[in-house]
Amino acid sequence: MQTIEEYLPEHPFFAGLDQPTLELLAGCATNVHFDANEVLFHEGDQADTFYIVRKGLIAIQVQSPSAGGVVVDTAEAGGVVGWSWLVPPYRWMFDARASEPTSAVAFDGACLRGKCESDPAVGYALMQRVARVMLDRLEAARLRLIDMYGSSS
Amino acid sequence: MTSLAEHDHADAAAHALAAGDAMLPRPYRVVRTRQDTRDTVTLQLEPVDGVPLKFSAGQFTMLHAFGVGEVPISISGDPTKEGLLEHTIRNVGSVSGALVAAAPGTILAVRGPFGTGWDVSDGMGGDVVFITGGIGLAPLRPAILELLANREKYNRVALLYGARTPDDILFGDELRKWADLLGIVVEVTVDSGPHSWRGRVGLVTQLIPRIAFDPANTVALVCGPEVMMRACATALRGRGVPAASIRLSMERNMKCGVGLCGHCQLRELFICVDGPVLTYERLAPLMSRWEL
Repeated sequence: MQTIEEYLPEHPFFAGLDQPTLELLAGCATNVHFDANEVLFHEGDQADTFYIVRKGLIAIQVQSPSAGGVVVDTAEAGGVVGWSWLVPPYRWMFDARASEPTSAVAFDGACLRGKCESDPAVGYALMQRVARVMLDRLEAARLRLIDMYGSSS
Repeated sequence: MTSLAEHDHADAAAHALAAGDAMLPRPYRVVRTRQDTRDTVTLQLEPVDGVPLKFSAGQFTMLHAFGVGEVPISISGDPTKEGLLEHTIRNVGSVSGALVAAAPGTILAVRGPFGTGWDVSDGMGGDVVFITGGIGLAPLRPAILELLANREKYNRVALLYGARTPDDILFGDELRKWADLLGIVVEVTVDSGPHSWRGRVGLVTQLIPRIAFDPANTVALVCGPEVMMRACATALRGRGVPAASIRLSMERNMKCGVGLCGHCQLRELFICVDGPVLTYERLAPLMSRWEL
């Protein structure tokens, strides 16, 4: 199995980052594995981790009073999970659960924030990438809001 | 010597004459029905006069429920097999509601087939990507079946399919068969799913970067809501697929089916005769205009 330092350059989220920056970020990372159905975090919990998915599938869920748990998004190999570690009050807004056996790299949120604050160039590069993920998800959510498939004939 | 106006009148008259047969409905009997999802039904129809309908994948018919009305419905059956005419219909209004409720033995009327086809065979020797959402899988199914009849003549084949929920996924058994036995990469995503759903959730466009194909040697066939097709075409262009190799099936208010009434006009196009299948090269300037 590849080490984290070997794997990070291959992950789309880190594309374009130089080796020293990747090594710096890798210092905050550990490999993790989740069994199918294992919960990564619950809504309201302290958000102290950022995940990049190596293999498998993670479901992002919201609890709906009428429908129970509803899966509103998924992240698979090449995807990322979580940005609540980035902004106060550092609380998860959703539940996350492994839909199948899943391998990921988990970054310590406080450690990442520390690196960003001590080196603004690293912080900016990381923020650009998180912003890209947020933008993609916002666009996807807006398109799904119009219920495209609900009205076609 | 005739004037230009006289020429136009002569063309219109010839067009109308040729359209005469196309305006005449043929009676079809409902032989079998299959409830595909909560609101979608497939009807298998046999011609009362015994003459099967030849069609190209991607074409539609005007399907008439007596006493209720007539609507354009894409053919969802296998164009390589003569026999029953198949339509997969979603209940979205009074006519489609009557068609969906038609029991075996019911007589319906059919005009057509009309319009342009997918011409999936243009992809022979290269890669083919099908991208669809919602009921859009039904008009693509004939092209998929046509390809499968000659699977060895194509390289990589992928089907990307987005549905509203897991319960809205069409042709689930066939999707599994195509993936397991027939060498098609089938990727499905839904807009949202219950806790028990173990598959993907997200937009069908998000699947496009995940599949392997040779952009310069790929034909992409896209069918679904217009906003979805536009996003897919943009993503395909982003991967380098030429606009001329991206084909979309447009939906407009088809009435006559033969380019006379103008209900389905999209600027200079009549979707019923110039479409429904058109290249993105042709459609791109039209799809971004609000007035159209």
